[in-house]
Amino acid sequence: MDVRKTYKLFVNGEFVRSESGRAYRPDGGQVNVPRGSRKDLRDAVRAARTAFPAWAGRTAMNRGQILYRAAEMLDGRAAQFVELLGGARARRELDQAVETLVWYAGWTDKLPQVTGTVNPVAGPYFNFTIPEPTGVVGIVAPDDAPLLGLVRRVAPALCGGNVVVAMAAESRPLPALTLAEVFATSDLPAGVVNILTGQRKELLPWLASHMDVNAIDVAGCSGEEVKAIEESAAGNVKRVIKLPEGERSPYLIAAFMEMKTVWHPIGV
Amino acid sequence: MAITKKQSTALAKQVFEYAPAPEAVDHVKILPRYGLFIGGKMVAAHSKKRFPTINPATEKTLSEVVDADEVDVDRAVKAAGKAFESWARLPASRRARYLFRISRLLQERSRELAVVETMDGGKPIKESRDVDIPLSAAHFFYYGGWADKLEWAFPNRKPTPLGVAGQVIPWNFPLLMLAWKIAPALAAGNTVVLKPAETTPLSAMVFAEVCMQADLPPGVVNIVTGAGRTGSLVVSHPDVKKVAFTGSTEVGKLIQRAIAGTGKRLTLELGGKAANIVFEDAPLDQAVEGIVNGIYFNQGHVCCAGSRLLVQESIAEPLLEKLKRRLSTLRLGDPLDKNTDIGAINSRAQLEKIQGLVESGVEEGAELYQPECVIPERGFWFPPSLFTNVAQSYRIAREEIFGPVLSVLTFRTPNEAVEKANNTPYGLSAGVWTDKGSRILWMAERMRAGVVWANTFNRFDPTSPFGGYKESGFGREGGVHGLLPYVELN
Repeated sequence: MDVRKTYKLFVNGEFVRSESGRAYRPDGGQVNVPRGSRKDLRDAVRAARTAFPAWAGRTAMNRGQILYRAAEMLDGRAAQFVELLGGARARRELDQAVETLVWYAGWTDKLPQVTGTVNPVAGPYFNFTIPEPTGVVGIVAPDDAPLLGLVRRVAPALCGGNVVVAMAAESRPLPALTLAEVFATSDLPAGVVNILTGQRKELLPWLASHMDVNAIDVAGCSGEEVKAIEESAAGNVKRVIKLPEGERSPYLIAAFMEMKTVWHPIGV
Repeated sequence: MAITKKQSTALAKQVFEYAPAPEAVDHVKILPRYGLFIGGKMVAAHSKKRFPTINPATEKTLSEVVDADEVDVDRAVKAAGKAFESWARLPASRRARYLFRISRLLQERSRELAVVETMDGGKPIKESRDVDIPLSAAHFFYYGGWADKLEWAFPNRKPTPLGVAGQVIPWNFPLLMLAWKIAPALAAGNTVVLKPAETTPLSAMVFAEVCMQADLPPGVVNIVTGAGRTGSLVVSHPDVKKVAFTGSTEVGKLIQRAIAGTGKRLTLELGGKAANIVFEDAPLDQAVEGIVNGIYFNQGHVCCAGSRLLVQESIAEPLLEKLKRRLSTLRLGDPLDKNTDIGAINSRAQLEKIQGLVESGVEEGAELYQPECVIPERGFWFPPSLFTNVAQSYRIAREEIFGPVLSVLTFRTPNEAVEKANNTPYGLSAGVWTDKGSRILWMAERMRAGVVWANTFNRFDPTSPFGGYKESGFGREGGVHGLLPYVELN
């Protein structure tokens, strides 16, 4: 007789039940998954905000090491993920997720060199522009690739020093919750990644309207959802990131970044 | 020892009187009324509604412009859409040449443009002459150079234009904001419909003449005048693929909401409440000049104005003394006078907004200091003002005043300075004054703001990206980063 796992939300580095005490069984299965509430979402945002300065302040190299460790941890659990994902494409999805983490792990200390500039202003000033993380980023995983879809957005967001509140795919949430175990064992500080499960139509409006969320990635959302998200996002001028689902580029990392320009006079 | 108002008045009187030095206006021709610039020429509008644009320093009407309606906006967008087909296909080096040509024409007509800008907007002629117009020309020159080099700006991608850009700009830097909007859009192969601000349409009308002089293909640039409603028609027109707005956060949010779900690309450059932070080791005289430039430049009608002075407690007293003395030497008056430091407030509505916020500051308990200065009888004016004894919760410390009003707060430690500076929903700019290099970089790293000026303030350059964090908007204008909002990366 096997010892079954209780699936829990991942908030502030801890595995917790929904404060609401509710659960749902996706796809008519037998596994109880927490049905996260608005309160859970707010807890996750608060945890993320608290974790932000320290994570953004880590050296690029350190963030790269941690993302690479996440790839190691994910690869080490390959069999478990393949089983969870199921189907003929499971192995490929897992491999791509590992590869995505490795790829972005190598970007942390290159992004500023590729997207930053030294600006030759017409005056005696030293002037440069560097990318900096925008802050708390909301991410919505698509249902069709519950692992890869999430990793594809979480990795570039973390790469630049952002912190994440992610919503797992509603109909297939288990890979995301197991991914939380990968992050939990990757030296990622508590609160840097938070993963919620539950009903999208219940949580999405709160994520989109939360005043302490800086950006929201809508790759996993329907057109109707995007419209509603964009309307709510206006409340605090959230960045709505709409790059294609398959995007893998420094342009995607940069979409989670703010460009900061610093001026200083040159003189004796 | 703090300086009293009486003493500072006495000091002000010691300063020798300046002879009037008015800029000539006889070389400038402002038409009594303007049409709309659509499809390469000035055309009669469908809308029969017009409104006057006045000189805020005299309240005299300068001209009348059209309050463009739905039909007018549709015509402009259609003209831009038609022009897009050929403009985007034009060899990029030709697009570059048009932009260079426009840049040169702006330089050639710089004196005229400076006078028009000052008459229509109220800003001191020395600012329009030395800042607005040269920077506008430089902006076109800079982006002219990018037009045929886009593939070097975006490694591994093929950048293509988006289509018609709908652009709405504010009244504080009318021509410069026009340049910030139009130059990168055109360089990337887009065409534009631009709506200048209601109170400052005239330099855009001169720019329309420049486009004609440059033989810019018809429809590449279209300019429709009007108020907020016209702007909302421009951004919500279904054929507009890209919206760029500079203005208040309030209107920016309305636009973001209005175009939700349309797939239009959006950049917003919105309000600010910048902290200008002075540490005890800063060169005080330099810092005073920076503070003055930070908040009184362009009457404080600057989104990135250093409107919150954070001064380290140990030097608060001597710094304020110097600052007050400096304030009393600022010359308020005729914007066309070359010695004027503080011009006219842009409009009656803006003046009332400033007055309201200043009243709230006094009511909430802050202490107001204004140097004695003679306020002209006609026109809209507000003396350079500073508030001490300001709590972070006061409206004057939280809301964008967009006027020559400085709120002074103090701090003890660098960490407290960071906390206070970032304690705002805005994040456009910040200033840091200190002699210590490592502290500059430490502070610059922690400012949640798009532009950080260290030991300087309010510097702008076409190569230097500008734009905000948080509720100050998103997207950058200027530099290679300023191209991104105008291209699709294939």
